[in-house]
Parts: sequence; C-alpha cells; structure tokens
Amino acid sequence: MSKLVAFAAIQGGYKVVSQVEGELEKALQSQDASTKIGFPNTAYYLPVIYSLTGIKCETLEDLKKPMEFARGLLPPHIKGANHLPYLGPLLDAGMAGIFAYEVKEALRILAEPDFYIPTEDPDIEAGKIWVGPADDTILRKRGVEFVDGSAPGFAAIVGAAPNAEIAKMIVEDYQKKSLYIFCAANHNGKTLIEQCLEAGMQIGWNTRIVPFGPDISSAVFALGFANRAAMAFGGVEPGDYRKMLMYNKNRIFAFVNALGDVGTEWAVAAAGCVNWGFPTLADTDIPEILPTGICTYEHVVANVPHDEICQKSVEVRGLKINVTEIDIPLAFGPAFEGERVRGGDLYCQMGGGKTQCTELVKMAEMNEIEDGKVTVVGPDIGDLKEGDVLPLGISVKIAGREFQSDFEPIMERQMHHLVNYIQGVMHIGQRDIAWVRVSKSAVEKGFTLKDIGVVLHAKFHQDFTKIVDKVEVVLYTQKEDVDKLTAQAREEYKTRDSRVDNMTDEDVETFYSCSLCQSFAPSHVCTVSPERTGLCGAYNWMDCKAAFEINPVGPNQPILKGKVLDPDLGRFQGVDEFIKVASKGAVDYYNFYSMVEAPMTTCGCCECIAAMLPSCNGVMTVGRDYTGETPSGMKFTTLAGVMGGGLASPGFVGHSKFNITQKKFILGDGGLLRMVWMPKVVKDEIRERLNARGAEMGVENFADLIADETVGVTEEEILPWLEEKGHPALSMDPLIG
Amino acid sequence: MAEVTNDKAVKARKIADPMEATIEPATQQMMVRAAELDIETVFDRAVTMKPCAIGLQGICCKNCAMGPCRLPLPKGGIQGEDTRKGLCGATANTIAARNWVRMIAGGAAAHSDHGRGVAETFLAAARKEAKDYRVKDPARLIQIAPYFDVATTVEVDGEIKDRDIDEITLEVAEKAVREWGKPELTAKYLKRAPKPLQEKWAKQGVEPRAVDREIVECMHRTLMGVDQDYKNLMKQGVRTSLADGWCGSMIGTDLQDVMFGSPSPIQAEANLGVMKEDHVNLIVHGHEPLLSEMIIAAAQSQEMIDYAKEKGAKGIQLSGICCTANEMLQRHGVPVAGNFLQQEFAIITGACDAMVVDVQCIMQNLANVAKCFHTKLITTHKIARMEQDNVIHIEFDEHYASEDAKRIVKMAIDNFENRGAEVMIPRHKSTQVAGFGVESIQYHLGGSFRGSWYTLNDNIINGRIRGVAGVVGCNNARTKHNEEHIVLIKELLKNDVLVVVTGCSAIAAGVHGLLTPESAAVYCGPGLAEVCETVGIPPVLHVGSCVDNSRILLALTEMVNAGGLGDDISDLPGAGSAPEWMSEKAIAIGQYFVASGVYTVFGYHLPIEGAPVFKDHLYKDMEEMYGGMWDCEPDPIKHAHLMIAHIDKKRKALGIDKARERVLMDMADRQALGIE
Repeated sequence: MSKLVAFAAIQGGYKVVSQVEGELEKALQSQDASTKIGFPNTAYYLPVIYSLTGIKCETLEDLKKPMEFARGLLPPHIKGANHLPYLGPLLDAGMAGIFAYEVKEALRILAEPDFYIPTEDPDIEAGKIWVGPADDTILRKRGVEFVDGSAPGFAAIVGAAPNAEIAKMIVEDYQKKSLYIFCAANHNGKTLIEQCLEAGMQIGWNTRIVPFGPDISSAVFALGFANRAAMAFGGVEPGDYRKMLMYNKNRIFAFVNALGDVGTEWAVAAAGCVNWGFPTLADTDIPEILPTGICTYEHVVANVPHDEICQKSVEVRGLKINVTEIDIPLAFGPAFEGERVRGGDLYCQMGGGKTQCTELVKMAEMNEIEDGKVTVVGPDIGDLKEGDVLPLGISVKIAGREFQSDFEPIMERQMHHLVNYIQGVMHIGQRDIAWVRVSKSAVEKGFTLKDIGVVLHAKFHQDFTKIVDKVEVVLYTQKEDVDKLTAQAREEYKTRDSRVDNMTDEDVETFYSCSLCQSFAPSHVCTVSPERTGLCGAYNWMDCKAAFEINPVGPNQPILKGKVLDPDLGRFQGVDEFIKVASKGAVDYYNFYSMVEAPMTTCGCCECIAAMLPSCNGVMTVGRDYTGETPSGMKFTTLAGVMGGGLASPGFVGHSKFNITQKKFILGDGGLLRMVWMPKVVKDEIRERLNARGAEMGVENFADLIADETVGVTEEEILPWLEEKGHPALSMDPLIG
Repeated sequence: MAEVTNDKAVKARKIADPMEATIEPATQQMMVRAAELDIETVFDRAVTMKPCAIGLQGICCKNCAMGPCRLPLPKGGIQGEDTRKGLCGATANTIAARNWVRMIAGGAAAHSDHGRGVAETFLAAARKEAKDYRVKDPARLIQIAPYFDVATTVEVDGEIKDRDIDEITLEVAEKAVREWGKPELTAKYLKRAPKPLQEKWAKQGVEPRAVDREIVECMHRTLMGVDQDYKNLMKQGVRTSLADGWCGSMIGTDLQDVMFGSPSPIQAEANLGVMKEDHVNLIVHGHEPLLSEMIIAAAQSQEMIDYAKEKGAKGIQLSGICCTANEMLQRHGVPVAGNFLQQEFAIITGACDAMVVDVQCIMQNLANVAKCFHTKLITTHKIARMEQDNVIHIEFDEHYASEDAKRIVKMAIDNFENRGAEVMIPRHKSTQVAGFGVESIQYHLGGSFRGSWYTLNDNIINGRIRGVAGVVGCNNARTKHNEEHIVLIKELLKNDVLVVVTGCSAIAAGVHGLLTPESAAVYCGPGLAEVCETVGIPPVLHVGSCVDNSRILLALTEMVNAGGLGDDISDLPGAGSAPEWMSEKAIAIGQYFVASGVYTVFGYHLPIEGAPVFKDHLYKDMEEMYGGMWDCEPDPIKHAHLMIAHIDKKRKALGIDKARERVLMDMADRQALGIE
C-alpha cells in the first residue's frame, strides 16, 4: 500500500523538519547568526540545497532559508478515506526531509568539528570510523569514475545486516560489481560499517566501502556527492533542479538498500531519494511501490532476501554490469584496487627493494606464442612460507594483426591496476620497480602467481579485443631469469622513452580529440598532441592513437592538424574546424600553447589548473590534491567551478601534471619560466623534470625558484621572495600585452 | 364527439417508470415523489412524446420557406443511385451536413460566448473597473502570456526583471478579447497543439480565424443556396469546432483559472442528499463561474450566515447543478446536487429556497416546477430569461458583482421561512475527489521537483495502463439516466483504461462513487488499480466543466510532449466518448476532438443516418485527414469495446502491445539517455 508509505514519509517529514528547526533555533540562540557553517573543503556549500535551489549556506543565519523552504514543502497529512492524491506530496515531503537532514549535518559539524574525519580512509585505530561528506578532492578523484563508467553507480545502504557474515556477503557482492557502497544510519545501534570491520574488511573510499556516518541524516552525503558530480562534471547549473534530478536518474545509477526496520525517518529519506530516481530495496516487509515512472523501474521493493539483494537491486535500478568472470580463486574488480596489504596481513612479497620485480610487454609474431599459456618458471607461492620474498619477472607477449609496438607501454601500464583488482593482492609501481604484496587471506583461498597470468590474459583480451589476438604470459621467479628480463626491459624502456620524449607536435600530422567527458561537459573537446597531453593526466597522444586503433568510432578521433595558423600560440586550421563542429558551435577555436589568448576549454576533470598572477608577471598552477588557498585567491575547487564544464576562460587553463615540463607548455606566454608558484607536493613530485626543463631553457635548479605555500599564498607574500631569488618571470615581457 | 373530447381531457398523463428512467436511486426516489405530488418532469414528457423520426435521421431541411423538405431514407436503404433531393436540389448529404454544421455553430457559440464573457470580465478587472475580480493565480497568467505574445519580463538597465503583473494582465486581457473579433490572422492558441497536428490543420486549410467570424461563416454557408458540398461544409464545421476547443473554450478555461485559481484536488460530496433540511438551500445552476464565484463569497460571508441564523436556519447550504456545479466543485469543494436530468428534482425536494440560473441547459420546465413550491427561480443573464411570470430576473452585472450576489443570497434566506411542510430530501450522497487540472495532475505525477506527464506515459508504455479515455457530455432523457455513463466507465476501468470526465458525465461519476480513490480497487483491472494506488488518485479524474474539455486537449498535448507515445495526439492510445449527449455543444466538442486526432464515440444516436455518404465522411475520411474520426454506439459495453479496440490499435502501432522488457543499461546506454 503506497498510502502507508506516503503516510509514514509525510509523518517523517514533519518529524525531521520540526526536529531540525529546533536544533537550528537552539544553535542560533547560543551562537552568533554570522557563525560560519559548512562542509569541509567544498565549493558547493551544502551541496543538495545548493544544487537544487541555488541557496548558498555559509552562516547559521543562512540555514533559515532552506528550512523555511523545507517547511513549505510539507504537504497535508493523508486522510483515511476519500483522501487526496499523495505521490506528489510524498516526494515533496521526502525532499523536505533531505533538506532538513543536510542542515542537521551542518549543525553537527559545527557542534562537533571532529565528529568526521575528512579523509579517504577512516582512522580505525583512533576510533574515527566516519568520514562524513567527501570533500571536493575526493569528489574530483572518484567522480571521474562515475563519469567514465568504471564505477557504474552506488548502493546507499542504511542500517545493518542481521550479522557480520551477511554484511560481508552483501558488501562484497557489490564490490565485485564495482559499485561504491555508501553507508549510513544504524539499526538498533548497529551499523553495517561496524559489521564490515568485525568481518575483517577494509573500509574507506579506497575499497569503495564508504562510512559516511552512523545516522540516517548522514545518508544525505550520498546525494550531495551525486549532485556535486552533476555540477562538477555534468555542467548542471545550481538551481536547475529538474535537470539535476534527471541527470541523476539517467547517469548516476544509484539505489538504496534499507537493512532493518523502516521507521518514518528512513521512510522520508527513501521518499526523498525517489526524486533522484533512486529506488529503495528493503529486507523487511514494508509496502511496495511497483509501478514505474519517477524511477526507471520499481520504486520500493520489499522482503528481498539478503543473498539476492545485490542482484535484485541492480535489476530494479536497470543497471547492466559487465562482471569479469576470471578463473581465479579470488574476487576480482576495481573495488579491490584500493585495498591495502598491510604488514600484519602480509604473507609474501616480490620487489619493493627486497628483490627485483620487473614487468615487460612485448609484441610477438602470431606463430611465436600460444594464446592463454601461462607458465611459472621457478618456485610459486606454495613453495614459500610466511614472510618470504621472491624475485619476479612478468613477461607478457602479445600478438595481433592490428597490434603495433607503440601499444606495448600502454598494455604494460594496465598491469598495475589489473593485478590490483585481485582481492587480497596489492601492486605498487611499474616497469622495473614493481612491487607485489600478497595477503594471508589470498594465500588461504589458494592464490598462486599463475593467477596473475590468468588475469592479464583474460583482461587484455576483454579490454583490447580489436588489437589483441594472442597473449602468452611467463612469470620468472629465479634470480637469473629475472635479472635477464630486467636487463632486456631496461633497454626497451630507454628506446621507448626517447621515442616518446622526443616526439614533437611538428613531427606528426595528426592530433587526437578526446570527448570522453563530453556527455558531461557538453562544449568541451580536448585535443591531445604529443606535447600537450590530456588535461586529466590520463591520456597522452600515444594513448589516444591506440584508443582510436582499438575503437575507431570511440571518443578519440584523429584530427588532421592542417595548416599552422600560429606556430607560437599553437593554432591549427584542422583543429579549428574540428572543434567548431564537435563543440556544436560553442567554441570557434583555441590555442594549444597559451593560457592568455583563447586557451583550450576545460572540463571538470583536469589534474591541475594554471592561473595568471599579474603582479608577479607570471603564472601559478595548483593540483587537485592541494586543498589550501592559492595566490590566485581561489582554491582548486573554486577554480574548477569557475572554469569547468567546457568553458574557455582566458587567464586560466586546465592541464596535466606531466604537461608542465613538456616543451610546449604555455610557450606562447613565455613557457615554463613563467611559473612562479605551485603547491609543494606537486613541485616535489616533478622536481627533477622541472630542473631538467629549466636547464634547457637556461635556468639551473629552476624548482628552487618556484614559490609554494610555505612561502605564501598571496601574490603580496610571494613577490618579495621571487625578487630575492631573481625569478626569471620578473624580467620577462609583460604577461598581458 | 363532445364525449370523446371529454375522454381525452380526463385521460391520465403518462408517468415514467423510475426504474426504467434512471439507475440513480435518489432520482428514482424523487420521481416517485413527483408522481405523488402530480408534478410532471422531463422523464414523463419523454414517455409521452416520441422524437421526430425525420429529424432523427438529420435530413429535414427548414432553412428556407420552400421547405421544410424531408428526405427520409427508404426502408430498404438506397438501391442504386440516391435520387433524393429537396426543392432546390439539395442532397441528403448537403442537408445533413448543413444541419451538422449548424449544430457545431450553436455549440461553439455557447462555449465561446461563455469564454467571451470571461474575457470581458477579465478585461474589466485588468482595467480596475470590476473590483470583485482579480488575478488569483499569477503563475497561470505568466504561463499563458507567451501564447498571446505578451512579455513577462522587462529589461531594466541591462538586467532582466519580472514585468509588473498589472501590465501583463492588461495586455493579456486586451489581446484575449480580440480573439473573438480580430479581422485577420488565425487563433493564437493553435500553437499550443503538437506540431504535426498544426501541420495537418494547415494542410486541410482549417485553421480557425476569429471565433465570431467562423460562426458567422457557418450560418452564411448553410443558408439556402450557398455551400452545397458536404466536404467543403465540413471544412467550416471543423474550423469552427477548433475555434471553440482551441480558442473560445480554452481561453475561457485559462482566464477562469487565472481569476478564480487553477483547480487542485479537493474533497467534496455529490447528489441531492447534499441539501440540508435545516439550512437555507441555495442552488446555482448553469455554466458560468463569473456568477457562482460571487455567490460563494456572499454565501460564505459571516454577514449572510448570521442573517440566515436570524431567519431560523442553521446556515446556508450552497450546491450546484450542471457545469456551474463543476466550476464551484473544482475550485471550492462546493457540493454537487446533481446533473442535467436532476434539476427539476432539486426543487421537488421542497427544500430549495432559491435556484439561481445563468445560461445553457436550464429547462424551461423549472419555472413550472417552482410554481408548485416556495422556490424562487432567479434568472441572472441578460441573454437568458423565461416567459413564466413566477421567474424573477436579477441581471448580474460584473461591475457590481458582489452586490448582486448578496441580493440573491439574501433573497434565498428571506425565502427560508416560506417553506411548506412537504420537504423530502433523498439521503443519497457520495464522497468524491475532484479538481484535476493539467497543472495539478502534473504535480501529482511526481511532486514539485519531478512532476511530469511522463510518469503517466511510462505506465502506459509498461502496460499497467492500457490507455486513456475522456468520457464527457450531457444526460439525455431518451436514454436511461446515468446508465450509459456508468456502465461505460466501469467497463473501461475493468480493462485498465484511465478515464477523465467533465460536465454531467463527471457529476454522474461522482454521484455513483467513481471519483473516490477507494473505487480503484473495486472497479479497475490490476494494472490501473496499482497505478491509482501509487499516485493516490481515483481511477476517474474530474477535470472540470464542459468548457474545460479544453483541459483534455492540453492534457493530451502534454502526454505527446512528455514522450514515448508518438508525435501527435492521434498516436496516443486514447479515445473520447459522450454516451448520453443531447446538447449541440456536445457535437462541437466531439468535432474538435475528432479534428485533434481523437477517435470519438457518441452514444444514443447521431442525426446523420439519413445521409450514409456524409456519415462515411465523418466516420472514415476524417481519420485520413486528422487522425481522429466519429463513431456511434448506443450499447455502453459495445461502446467501451470500440474505444478499447482503438486503444489497442494505437498500442500496436506504437509497438507497446507486448509486455515491456526490463532493459538493463551499461554506460554507453546511459550516455544515450537525455537529461532534459
């Protein structure tokens, strides 16, 4: 009976709104109305309220407005007989409840600033198991996975399973399907997260089991995350509620699992979620709402057995998940990528300074190799005892009619995440500095090194059908074999590096477009050239070329660069023509090597954003991991908000970290020597390359001339320091002509 | 001889059998009461006087003094060439088509004149000349303003700001009244229709110009010796009907909503049992809310309630009959006393202290019935008076609306003490939920944030709802009162067809309990019942008065726009019906639904049987031209199945005649989905 659901949700709406009104009133009595409130490190205020209404809540006083709005949404209670329609009122009550929950969380963070630990992974030892609202750094990192489909959606689970074993089964089921599991609320004081911990699972964003909070109000963080993704990557404007909710219905495939008794406070939250197109599946006997319409399929499904809840949820949401069935004794999937193998869990390891561990992919002739053959030469896991180490050389040979030696490094780079996808196995590094750590639980389940080969064979075939015909893997575990492979590999790396490093935009006639994000940032079109890698940091020219070979109708299309219209700023006739069409007329042209004049458009996915600093006659850049203030006066998230969504904003440009030291980096504006500020973490990461590129441009130890947050976070603070160091930008031509 | 004459004089008049005349118990009870009191009603006259057999066939021409010419169909039908001709040579097709077009003109004139009255009052209000009327629903005004090419924002120093509401009101009002008499261009509201439909109208050359012009042209063309090609005549018939549905009626509905508020679901009661013995009973009957809105305000004023108490009554019970009832119901929850055929019985209760009437569907016999009681029968419209001397005329002037209304209410109160002892109010009454406008339905299909007609479409696509049907129109004393409406509607519900109702059909549905949410579980097929339960709606939605049939046109357009069910109204799995039609207004309505792409089935009979070729034009050719066509079937069950067969035909054409598969979507599928 939908009427009972409506009755409960509307009751819940009144209860929650009244409660939060009281809490707000109390807060206003004890604190100044101008007291700052908000979620940590976000440019989206209280994101649900902001995204749907455009209301920016920054102070206690500001919270009154959304609460008035929520109160106004509360419909009349449902009468017994001859009642009025209730679907619309039910959804409005749900929304009122969600708004109130978000305000409640803001009040909690104000009252208890340390309640949540705003990091990716909780600090279990310190008893900080709740991470609260993900900040924009996590959003940008994880949001991309929702954008490109590597995370098909999320399961918002409220309550707790009957026991830890069932909790583990359900959560692992979702992990295998690569879904994020957003957890909130408790059932009789017990939470699913506590049950996961009890079952020995690793929780946190890295294993996709996100402990949002212990109360139902914390469930609002899942919606806030979804709506921020829509704003950051989808270009949905704050206040455009209809588009926001339809975006969620048709892009973010999420749903709710209610584990435990559904009271009015859960009912109102579930009703709220229906506005997003997120249905609820419950393990208890609650009234069902099966007709379709607001959600893609059913709205509320009850009495779902625990061993079916995962499959049923995915079906009800209408989600197709291609689960890779690989014949290994362990679970496999992206959800296990971030799982760690810590000291106490470690059974054995290869590489990591203890032994040599090397990976190499080589092209082979079709008749040279046997597809699917995996050989382990030397001792395997079974021959080891706990704490042992082993050298490892993974040699993969690929043959294919369409395969080219240019694809070798691309295939090799896959090995890191593919090995990491194995539950209980951790992979760090690449090439000749790889490191594989195997956990006790993996060994217990029967893991052997051969399984690495099985995974690589299966996934290479699956992900690269077009170019891969045969894959053979040999795993060497004897020192002399590994050393031999390593020597061969190092020769290979050298050849490859010089080939890629020396490749210039002038050398090629074809650039590649990348419109991977275009369904999310409609007017944005990346163009990738050898000296301007994709701004997300994930795609270089070679990747795009390979992607095009693999999928000729995919998001990477060749662009004949055509006549060079401006060699200094980097403007090409062929590119102009392409982007005009691809951006549907929104962008006429852009320059590759300038951030001042018609810079390239930027989606929300960029790794770094560079901004002009006029008083320093230079530029700064900030990476998405740095959450502090910058001399541009804006944090990364604000910058991304200002210029994301496919806009070209003169004075700003999105770029990858790697691009900073590429030769064409803002060459039209003076090049790398304009760089006066970057966060220390970025500077340290690319210090060597900065110095190398600086030296090429005639400045030794250039990294030491670039200011960072330890020097200052305003132009006034850093300028004297730059003058003292004699930064070359200060004596260059004025940045703005 | 004298004896024979005497015999005739004493012969008892025929009295209708209540069980044969109506299925409605309160009406049956009141018929018995009328017989006891020897009061003649419409039902008695229906058994006394048979309809004219020639007129029934539609081939009687009295448009000139050479006639009346009668061209009845030969008993065995037409053998070989049809040689029937009037004196001037007019064929049966010409005569039937001229009569048909004149009916359309009559119906369109009635609705559109109603609309004009509303528009003129709105203009007076906009000019601040009618103090009792104002803009009550500004959102609705802003919604319709663009169709009149009226700007709703202004640019001030480069900034876009909301335009002053009074300015918008005045400009909309001035442009709206022009739609009746503008010398050039076509009706502005045509652009609200789905594009393919507009193209069909353009192709057929039937886009209406000013409303008055189309009606005048109907009269001209049907004059002796003018248009003598039934196909060409019907172009004008269609054009005039569209001027009604997509202009006169639609503007009427819109401006009524602007002035009196757009309806939203509301609880109320229906049937003669809503009258209260210890209250002053004031009944408003007719069509225009301009009057009834003011009466409601007056009857609910403390001053009048106190006055009624002073006069010994416990209060004032206001109720309505016919479309005035629907107007008061959908905006205020004022109870409905009954539909067209119940009007005389409201007075026969002996408890009706005053019946106030304006225009349309008011039987002249009311005056004769009122004469038998203390009831004051008050006519209020300058175009609608009665010859009987017991009828009081208080002309309603919108400039002094509230004063006039108070005078009327006071007259009812003053009359309370004159009641005789013979009060008998039937106890029958039903609960109902009414007030479903296009806007409120959209809200209830998803709330403030996700409200969309797509919710309905989705459940049609998934097969829970088979289709939608509009059941509208009158009562007709030649058919069993309410039976066709109710049997038809129940059959549709049983087959999972969602029903919308207006006019007297809506009142019938209310009286018989079909407008309650609880009726879904009782009468509907499992799919429709489930959807009704989810949304919390009755399976039969009351969308207003007969002028509000324009709401159905807009609802169908919304369904087209919401997507998934084709590009035009004619693609939708839907059908229309007027099972107990009697007024010319029904023909005008039927014709504009047909010309908008709706398969429209009438009950009783249609006056075209004498002209089979013309009948084929309406039943078959029109489908080619507009996507919709006429049909007629007196048996309500067969009638329902004609509609269901058409719905199934449309479902098949849309490819939704089989169970919908559950499509699971991967990333590429999702990226192909729209987000607007």
